[in-house]
Amino acid sequence: MKDIIYRSHILICTGTGCTSSGAKKMRIALEDELAERNLNKEVKIIETGCHGFCEKGPIVVVYPEGVFYCEVKSEDIPELVEEHLLKGRIVERLLFKEPVTEENIPSYHDIQFYKKQERIVLSNCGKIDPENIDEYIALGGYEAVGKALSSMSQKDVIAEVKNSGLRGRGGGGFPTGLKWQFAHEAVSNKKYVICNADEGDPGAFMDRSLLEGDPHRVIEGMIIAGYAIGADEGYLYVRAEYPLAIKRLEKAISQAEDYGLLGDDLFSSGYNFKLHIKKGAGAFVCGEETALMASIEGKRGMPRPRPPYPANSGLWGKPTNINNVETYGNIPYIIKNGAEEYSKIGTENSKGTKVFALTGKINNTGLVEVPMGTTLREVIYDIGGGLGEGMKYKAVQTGGPSGGCITSEHLDLPIDYDSLLGVGAMMGSGGMVVMDDGTCMVDVARFFLNFTQSESCGKCTPCREGTKRMLEILERICEGEGEDGDIALLEDLAHHIKDTALCGLGQTAPNPVLSTLKYFRHEYEAHIFDHKCPAGVCKDLASAYLIDKETCVGCSICAKACPVDAITGTPKESYQIDDDICISCGVCASKCPVSAISQG
Amino acid sequence: MSKINIKIDDQAVQVEPGTSLLNAAKEIGIEIPYLCYHPDLSLHGACRVCVVEDLKSGKLVASCATPVTEGMEFSTRSQRARVARRRNVELLLANHPNDCLGCDRNGTCELQDIVHSLGIRSEDVERLEGERREVEVDEVGPSLKRDPNKCILCGRCVRTCEEIQGVSALQFANRGFNSIVTTAFDLPQRDINCANCGQCATVCPVGALTEISEIDKVWKAIEDDKKYVIVQTAPSIQATIGEEFGYEAGTIVTGKLAAALRRLGFNKVFSTEFSADLTIMEEGNEFLKRLQGDKNLPHITSCCPGWVKFAEHNYPDLLNNLSSAKSPMQMFSSIAKTYYAELEDIDPASIYTVAIMPCTAKKFEKDREEMNDSGYQDTDAVLTTRELARMIKEMGIKFELLNDEDFDELMGAHTGAATIFGTTGGVTEAAVRTVKEKLTGEPLERLNLGFRGINDAELVIGDKTIRVAIANGLANAAELLDEVRKGESPYDFIEIMACPHGCVGGGGQPLPASREKKDKRAAGIKAIDDQMVIRKSHENPMIIKLYEDFLGEPLGGESHHLLHTKYQARPKN
Repeated sequence: MKDIIYRSHILICTGTGCTSSGAKKMRIALEDELAERNLNKEVKIIETGCHGFCEKGPIVVVYPEGVFYCEVKSEDIPELVEEHLLKGRIVERLLFKEPVTEENIPSYHDIQFYKKQERIVLSNCGKIDPENIDEYIALGGYEAVGKALSSMSQKDVIAEVKNSGLRGRGGGGFPTGLKWQFAHEAVSNKKYVICNADEGDPGAFMDRSLLEGDPHRVIEGMIIAGYAIGADEGYLYVRAEYPLAIKRLEKAISQAEDYGLLGDDLFSSGYNFKLHIKKGAGAFVCGEETALMASIEGKRGMPRPRPPYPANSGLWGKPTNINNVETYGNIPYIIKNGAEEYSKIGTENSKGTKVFALTGKINNTGLVEVPMGTTLREVIYDIGGGLGEGMKYKAVQTGGPSGGCITSEHLDLPIDYDSLLGVGAMMGSGGMVVMDDGTCMVDVARFFLNFTQSESCGKCTPCREGTKRMLEILERICEGEGEDGDIALLEDLAHHIKDTALCGLGQTAPNPVLSTLKYFRHEYEAHIFDHKCPAGVCKDLASAYLIDKETCVGCSICAKACPVDAITGTPKESYQIDDDICISCGVCASKCPVSAISQG
Repeated sequence: MSKINIKIDDQAVQVEPGTSLLNAAKEIGIEIPYLCYHPDLSLHGACRVCVVEDLKSGKLVASCATPVTEGMEFSTRSQRARVARRRNVELLLANHPNDCLGCDRNGTCELQDIVHSLGIRSEDVERLEGERREVEVDEVGPSLKRDPNKCILCGRCVRTCEEIQGVSALQFANRGFNSIVTTAFDLPQRDINCANCGQCATVCPVGALTEISEIDKVWKAIEDDKKYVIVQTAPSIQATIGEEFGYEAGTIVTGKLAAALRRLGFNKVFSTEFSADLTIMEEGNEFLKRLQGDKNLPHITSCCPGWVKFAEHNYPDLLNNLSSAKSPMQMFSSIAKTYYAELEDIDPASIYTVAIMPCTAKKFEKDREEMNDSGYQDTDAVLTTRELARMIKEMGIKFELLNDEDFDELMGAHTGAATIFGTTGGVTEAAVRTVKEKLTGEPLERLNLGFRGINDAELVIGDKTIRVAIANGLANAAELLDEVRKGESPYDFIEIMACPHGCVGGGGQPLPASREKKDKRAAGIKAIDDQMVIRKSHENPMIIKLYEDFLGEPLGGESHHLLHTKYQARPKN
């Protein structure tokens, strides 16, 4: 059958973000519309993975023009087809509008959000149909594995990865090539490679988007790793909460098998490699490598002491290399373009790019990939479009529950593994939560401690018992019951847990507390000693409302609005609030026609 | 391999490769405290009570889980390490009932010992107190009480049940502060595939796993004038109970044991060894019959109630291979309430039989529906060695000052063959002594099977070659049974004891127990046998008399009714 040549391609993002904003419904509407106007032989619809700009989803890109439409609803479809596809006129109202300049931007590359990004790992995301292996191959996919298997020895591959300076993207930042070397040197007739796709940090979705948008890239990275260390079998450990990622991976594996890219005698090299998907039940701790392997083995996901390290005794006691999704995602580029090319990107000790999930009080929520060394200011203001209107930057939390805060004094810090550690934060897997001055830092610490405590596997004493005690103290402080000595006890426990917990989850659990104590100690003190929450977040500490007698006109609107009858007085004279009854909900202040009510 | 040079607290030490920091420190006389570590189990590294400071990396490491490497320097006494060890114990105490006075393990609790030696004070713990675990206690039995509120989640029980016993009745559940060790679906012990062996209780460092106590029941019976209370004591008790009174493990205190039981007010003081000889008469003949008929081989022993229940859950297809002979405890009780009652002219309804056992599974066995052949429940109460010691202590009896006394006549008589039932391999040796002599007229040389794991031997009896194997620990047993199931077992006779070392390592024995102690207990048992004049069950004069007066022949009608039993398949989980 002769392939149809289409005059236009419409790329619809069907990543999890856009799907939840209605991409599937819109796609059906588009299909119907094209059929109705007899355009289905001229215009082809392609479902893609994530463009990263989830804030503006569903996203549609029309080629060959490359016009970028956002927030496209089913209702917009008739106009889009009529105007763009039939009349060749851009639908201005669906274009992206720069928040600062209010200018409509038609092209992908001119949008600030994309301008400063350098997309290596995410280069295909949003561009190709992730369920079609041909599209990956058309963009150079599987060339790297072909090159490795036909012209490079195992040691060559390891040397290339070592020279590239690639470090683990899962959090620890361990040099990937060195890790491969250890697994390569371990003597065994059976070895494994594992891809850790148990992404669990609150707000993080880098791995999910990559798996959904470009699954073959990760598979290719794994095959190369398997070849380098001498493994003939691999596992992708993906949390079951990522059904789309799993579906696309399953499809990708089966297509790669059909094409002989997985299986026996790859590229006639004699090398065999097969891949399995293992669904994780969603325990955060299973992101810890030894817990993850226990989980694959069918045991309860609990970390074990190291040594032995997985490179010597991993899955079922065999030498195992375990890397994160994004780490594998870098490999095809490195092998194809060479370590030298790769290592041009980034800083001295952190090479390449890093994908961040930008969330919180920021205009452009989404997934961004920037070269290591990009400053926080560039990420937040240039790419992220700054904070919402009227909001003032307070801090950004990186590294999820294991990380820390970065305040405005460090906004110009070039981001890499070491600089973040230097300011008491960490790269982690790449979560970046932007907070404004309406955020209470004690409450933030409480949130993360609550997360780690409920996700602790319960194995070791400091994590199980210690984080619970820290959480109790933080809850106490947020409820206005903080005592003199609480901060000292928090610090004592935090250092103790860091020092003695069994695994990385426990050892880093106190970081949000230590980091907020370092930069926002005064907020803790205000809670404990002044019984005030400066951000006004902690309900129990919100100060009572006061009616200014001079301004009050005695209209009685406040008394009628008060849900707990805390306001009494005489009409046409004045009213007062009973502190003991007031719950500081603020309804009275919002209703007062003369602005006589304020928080004391 | 050459030795590894390390420095502990500035002292240069040479240790074997693979030694942990914990054991390296021990070699130079420094006892680092620990709770989750156990020498018989896999490394867990969870309690973090054994942390020491690695002076080169500046990190605190769990000394139990860190192997020595050349040039390592670490400090057990640095301020960081010392405070960290204390803090972890304090954190455990902040979520522990701390009701030591009323706890079964008061005095044998490892957590209590550590708190004492670290000098932790109440105020150190109070500042860390907050919410406390409140979970339902499982005390419906039949054998063990599980109190998760006392549990410190060291996981020794979980590892023992999985690694030593291959049962995995206990596992961790839930997360974070809500983590507990529990059974599948939190089912009570009676409803799960637990073998009741009590090995979990012997490794539990605190009072979270203990036997269901029957002390009150026994006192009540003794104090009841209308009850004629007969006590039997299992062969191993004489080699273990001394530990409760300060004797070295393996010290034989048979005479004092009999005297103490009399002081407690039992009407008759007998030994289960009497009926162990009886078991050999029945089981030995049964084995001979199977061997001659080549039926239901390999013949597998059935005197261990933990093993029997394990088989009922996991190998129901092999139940015909089990000897139908009851355990010595149950044979004893059936005879006590029939033959002995008749002989002494006592109303069997008034007889109350108490068994002193090394074992928690015996508490379950006595309540089995099959165990009523005397017309009454054959055994009324089972006390563990630990419970008996407690009764002796309660009465203020100075065990070490007691003069040796003998067991009472008739059901106290026994041979060396019966005594060795108390340790792994004993039943096999006792059985083969009788079988060989019956077949060939020649006495048997010692089999000398080892104490640990799986052991086997081949012996020529007349024109037959018999292969015997013994296994202790149910995970080991499973290896032999899987062979049987596949039809690949080379053995004719298999002895299985649920507990490592057999009954001397039983779940009811004095605490704490270690492999070394169990070795000594077993050696004590063998030493008694060596000194006995009569060492073959079929030569026990009272057993001969019992058959002449009452039972007739081994495997005969009366024997079949009183001394044999049936088994039931049970669900796997």
